[in-house]
Amino acid sequence: MATHDIELTVNETEVELTVDSRTLLVHALRDELGYTGPKVGCESSKCGACTVELDGDAVKSCTVLAVQTDGASVQTVEGFADEDGELHPIQEQFSAEHGLQCGYCTPGMVTTTKHLLESNPDPSREEIRKALKGNICRCTGYQNVVDAVESAAAALAPAESEGESASGDDVDLRTDYPTPGED
Amino acid sequence: MFPPQFDYHRASSIDDALELLERHAADDPRILAGGHSLLPDLKNGRASPRALVDIGEIDALRGIGSGADVESGADSGADETAIGALTTYADILESDRLQRHAPVLTDATSVLADLQIRNRGTIGGNLTAAEPGADLPAATLAADATVRVRGPDGERAIDAAAFLGADGSEPALRERELVTEVRVPHVEAGGYAKKTHPASGYAMVGVAAVLETDDGTITDARVAATGVLERVVRLAAVEDALVGARVESKTIEAAAERAGETIEPADARSDDHASGEFRVHLLSTYAERALERAVDRVAAGAGGTGTAGDLE
Amino acid sequence: MTDRRADEDAGETAGPTRREDEALLTGRAEYTDDLSDPNATHLAFVRSEYGHAEIGGIDTTAAAGIEGVLGVYTWDDIAVSESPGVLPTSTGSLDCEVPAHPVLARDRVRYQGQPIAAVVAEDRYRARDAVDAVSVEYDPLEAVVDSVAATAEDAPTLFDGAPDNVAATTDQGDREATEEAFADPENVVDVELENNRLISSALEPRAALAEYDAAEDRFTVTMTSQSPHGHRRKLAHTLGLSERQIRVISPSVGGGFGHKGHHHPGEAMAAWCARDLERPVKWTATRSANYLEGAHGRDHRTTAELAIDDDGTIRGLRVETHANVGGYGLDGGASMPGWYGGLLSSQYRIPAIHCETHAIFTNTAPVHSYRGAGRPEAIYVTERLVDVAARELGVDPVELRRRNVIEPDQFPYETPVGASYDSGDYERGLEEALELADYDDLRARGREREDGRLRGVGVACYTESTGGGFESGVVRVHRDGGVTVSAGTHSHGQGHGTTYAHLVADVLEIPTDDIDVMEGDSDSIPTGTGTFGSRSTITGGSAVVESAEAVLAKARRFAAARLEVEPDEVAYANGEFSVRDGDEGGSRSGDDTADTVSFADVAGMAYGWGVPEDMDPGLEETTFYEPDGTAYTFGTHVAVVAIDPETGELELERYVAVDDCGERLEPTIVEGQVHGGVAQGIGQAVSERASYDGDGTLLTNSLDSYAVPRASHLPEIETGQTVTPSPRNPLGVKGIGEAGTIAAPPTVVNAVVDALAHLGVRHVDMPLTDETIWRAIRDSR
Ligand SMILES: Cc1cc2nc3c(=O)[nH]c(=O)nc-3n(C[C@H](O)[C@H](O)[C@H](O)COP(=O)(O)OP(=O)(O)OC[C@H]3O[C@@H](n4cnc5c(N)ncnc54)[C@H](O)[C@@H]3O)c2cc1C
Ligand code: FES
Ligand code: FES
Repeated sequence: MATHDIELTVNETEVELTVDSRTLLVHALRDELGYTGPKVGCESSKCGACTVELDGDAVKSCTVLAVQTDGASVQTVEGFADEDGELHPIQEQFSAEHGLQCGYCTPGMVTTTKHLLESNPDPSREEIRKALKGNICRCTGYQNVVDAVESAAAALAPAESEGESASGDDVDLRTDYPTPGED
Repeated sequence: MFPPQFDYHRASSIDDALELLERHAADDPRILAGGHSLLPDLKNGRASPRALVDIGEIDALRGIGSGADVESGADSGADETAIGALTTYADILESDRLQRHAPVLTDATSVLADLQIRNRGTIGGNLTAAEPGADLPAATLAADATVRVRGPDGERAIDAAAFLGADGSEPALRERELVTEVRVPHVEAGGYAKKTHPASGYAMVGVAAVLETDDGTITDARVAATGVLERVVRLAAVEDALVGARVESKTIEAAAERAGETIEPADARSDDHASGEFRVHLLSTYAERALERAVDRVAAGAGGTGTAGDLE
Repeated sequence: MTDRRADEDAGETAGPTRREDEALLTGRAEYTDDLSDPNATHLAFVRSEYGHAEIGGIDTTAAAGIEGVLGVYTWDDIAVSESPGVLPTSTGSLDCEVPAHPVLARDRVRYQGQPIAAVVAEDRYRARDAVDAVSVEYDPLEAVVDSVAATAEDAPTLFDGAPDNVAATTDQGDREATEEAFADPENVVDVELENNRLISSALEPRAALAEYDAAEDRFTVTMTSQSPHGHRRKLAHTLGLSERQIRVISPSVGGGFGHKGHHHPGEAMAAWCARDLERPVKWTATRSANYLEGAHGRDHRTTAELAIDDDGTIRGLRVETHANVGGYGLDGGASMPGWYGGLLSSQYRIPAIHCETHAIFTNTAPVHSYRGAGRPEAIYVTERLVDVAARELGVDPVELRRRNVIEPDQFPYETPVGASYDSGDYERGLEEALELADYDDLRARGREREDGRLRGVGVACYTESTGGGFESGVVRVHRDGGVTVSAGTHSHGQGHGTTYAHLVADVLEIPTDDIDVMEGDSDSIPTGTGTFGSRSTITGGSAVVESAEAVLAKARRFAAARLEVEPDEVAYANGEFSVRDGDEGGSRSGDDTADTVSFADVAGMAYGWGVPEDMDPGLEETTFYEPDGTAYTFGTHVAVVAIDPETGELELERYVAVDDCGERLEPTIVEGQVHGGVAQGIGQAVSERASYDGDGTLLTNSLDSYAVPRASHLPEIETGQTVTPSPRNPLGVKGIGEAGTIAAPPTVVNAVVDALAHLGVRHVDMPLTDETIWRAIRDSR
């Protein structure tokens, strides 16, 4: 069976490894490289526990082959805190708002949240709930997760424009997608 | 959870991809694009090819052309947009051009799967996999899009209906053919409405509608439904009722009423959450919602998303 | 109490809420599958494709030949080993003699997904290849999946020992008194309902990593367990060992909900194979394996009747239930339905209750406790019935509840089904919830909405028995004054680390930073019952508090010796012992006698040379605590729904939860438990249902088909509270983990039926999918 030598950057560290054609990225990260932040919660690409950032996009690492990431850059939840171990504001707010219980969904939630806030810095609660469609949490009922995302948005908002972004009427066209169906 | 064994080949160009498909023909090769139909199939034992040809690195297949053929650079005219097969849903949603000129497609894409999947899945993969309940088959069928493919026998253009097998024939893509792009004619009056399946996230029922109008009269109407049958289907009775009618809510409502006429509940897909009968029943409501969105866009003129938000 | 938490929790959103958060948020927390052992092998199962079949033959040759495959096992291998290889089952309370669940099928499979063969390989992928390569010959048998159908004369039989498929029939309450109440009633109201089968769906699938130490003849099994000592006992049974030969470690666990308290073949086979291969063996279930193997929850079919006077006074309640227990009795799974009726009185004075429960074997996955475990089933029956009765008598459902509610001065209140309610002010909880929901205004607004949808308001009250069994709690003070607290419970989201540290800090008056909390290791913790049934704070919390108090008492005696006063002359505040005001002088010897001594100094004394005479060295206490009785949580929830009559689409516009769980030690954690419970309860009410086809094929075997709620499916949950301390434990607490799963289903169903009542709809079974509601509307027309 074919194996492949690949090089990728994980959390800003370059790594080389040999993978089978069929090895899923999530298993390469967890079993080969020891990044166990991304979790496996299903085999139907539904739960989002495995969400990582791949070249800047939030993706489900259980639905990407490791070999496809040759030359790519991956960030897992392990890469969120800064070098001094200072938590990322999103992580801080998840804790402050009690947006996690068992924590199994949390690495994925945090990663999806980062992506959401990059494209929509001031989402409404409804937009947050829709953006989290691909992340299942069985513990929190999502309420405190939504609170955490809201607080993270506020924490990340540049201080000067806080007033503006709070008004919500200056929405970036690309994130204000029409919503042709309940989701 | 774990795919079976296969060999993985990365194609560097379209020609390379075709050659790889040819060379590994004995291994029943499958093309890998965004992987969000194929990998779940592999993980769950629904497919077991012995070779995959990854087209993900072929830049020529990616992008939204402003009238220019993505691959050849030839101009496709100002009244359509060419979308490279590898273009992701996220890229489609970021295109102002598509938001303006093909809102039926951006509408459908905006409620497709979830944020992470929209970063990976591609229009070419979506139309080829054409999962029951997938959103883009309905949108492209209503948009009257054309799918361009390349294969051992060269290049051809297939209209969406034939490509998707929505005209009663088998889907037209042949073995070892590659979808290169999708061309979507510009029609501003389009809309999509979806009842999301609570478990799968696909459409329990999804309806895409595109209207061509002339001075307040509907001159052409294409209404397509997904989720109800195994394949996407045009709702001919609704279309017939629309053509020649005025753009008014009561004609829309009356036309939408007829959405279920041509589908036997017994033929419709059925599961624990929605029987065939229920899906057929929902068609009218969702046809009406899709049409209203289209009509709002007629009213708002090109580019407006009208009062889309109110429709929920 | 000093307010040691003040600095930690300063400001609304500053700083972490729980001490366990940081590791979880950064990916550093280790769940079972995260543990890497370079030498570990991987176990996977060949599972039955059929719901009911004889096994003809199993061909493992091809699988065994795959490179990297270390072992392929069937029952024949187990049979010749030293292990009994069957999972424990509490047959004592059953009416039949049936075999227990074998770790690998003997000759017959009784539910789809039952393990038939096990393979172990060098890595996960090869294990999968080997599973694929095993071929099994089946002789399919007729299957039965419904508990009522299974009792039919001509139904297929699962076990010779239970020819009618009845595992047990149990009576609760007083049959005669109830017959009497129904002899000449003014009104009888009945309802027939189904409590839908659910799959707990913790996000982390079950997993185990088993290691065997041949020299010591001892196992270490690291696994997803809510109850490490419980699993040690069960593993010992299955493997034929003494408990002392097994160490169970439960690391970070991604949600439990009952499922991770049960014992399945996975962890047992991992251990068995680890011994056979002398290699560590890891087993991680896939989502679909988890769904197939169960244990599932609920699945009751019930008929219930209420005898009620014209003035709304309830006279009697009569219930008959068929409870589906699946293909095998897993531990107490088959006897559990026998006590489900204990909460049938809900919050009401019901003079006579009788409940007959039939536990029925069917060709479905074993059924066992799932968050709530019998309590949601019971409350659902009563709360639906009361609502139906109100409608039939023409009174407001709230009014009918008020008329029958147990009054504050009636506590402790003994119900006819054996529950002894400890304390409560039920009506206040009800009023609180109505006020929060603005019930009168909702009623005044009527049913029709401006947008053509139908509005419904649903109310349900509940009681919940919490805190059964004993628990161990250890407070160990180290020589430097640092403290390790341990308990036999296990936290998998509930934040025990935070709660216990605060409890002990409050007693010992030392910073929580000086306290570590340890759970989940059967070797280092004396014993334990585990975390389920909303019991941990009551039992584990009380145990660690009692231990902390004992530690403090002993520390005080050390301090008294150092201060040269009597223990009762010693004051203690903020980690420092001193001579109580007004008590100095007396016996003290002179100037070099210390005026104060710190907690850490006392710890040093306890382990130092020259421990004061008449004192034992050491500063550590263990408590085995059992509460003085069950604590009954209660509350009232209100839901407001809007229904599109064309599509049946349901919107939960509002959800209000007012719960009384006694003292709220960690209000944020309590609220989180309410949110999560309500979310799962709403899931049951509107979208979740494990369903089988007639052949015993599980149709909802993945997240593609089993609909757990997403963020956009759930409403904002508005919470309120009343506080009625429990007199039955020193903390005054009551459990809160399951309240939402109990209250939400009847609340939501009551709301939906309220919206449709004018059409003649009396009852609709869960889950209330769009189609279910649409049909209810259509069929009523
Ligand atoms: C959890 C989940 C939810 C989803 N929900 C939705 C939804 O709501 N709506 C929806 O529409 N879809 C949904 N999808 C499907 C998703 O959109 C897939 O991405 C899509 O169906 C396939 O696109 P892909 O690029 O991922 O293709 P792949 O999976 O890579 O390929 C799919 C198939 O198409 C073939 N193929 C791909 N590209 C080409 C090409 N250029 N030429 C020829 N053949 C090609 C492949 O060989 C394969 O057979 C969902 C998927 C998942 C996992
Ligand atoms: S593991 Fe569930 S989506 Fe990836
Ligand atoms: S916190 Fe447990 S799944 Fe989200």
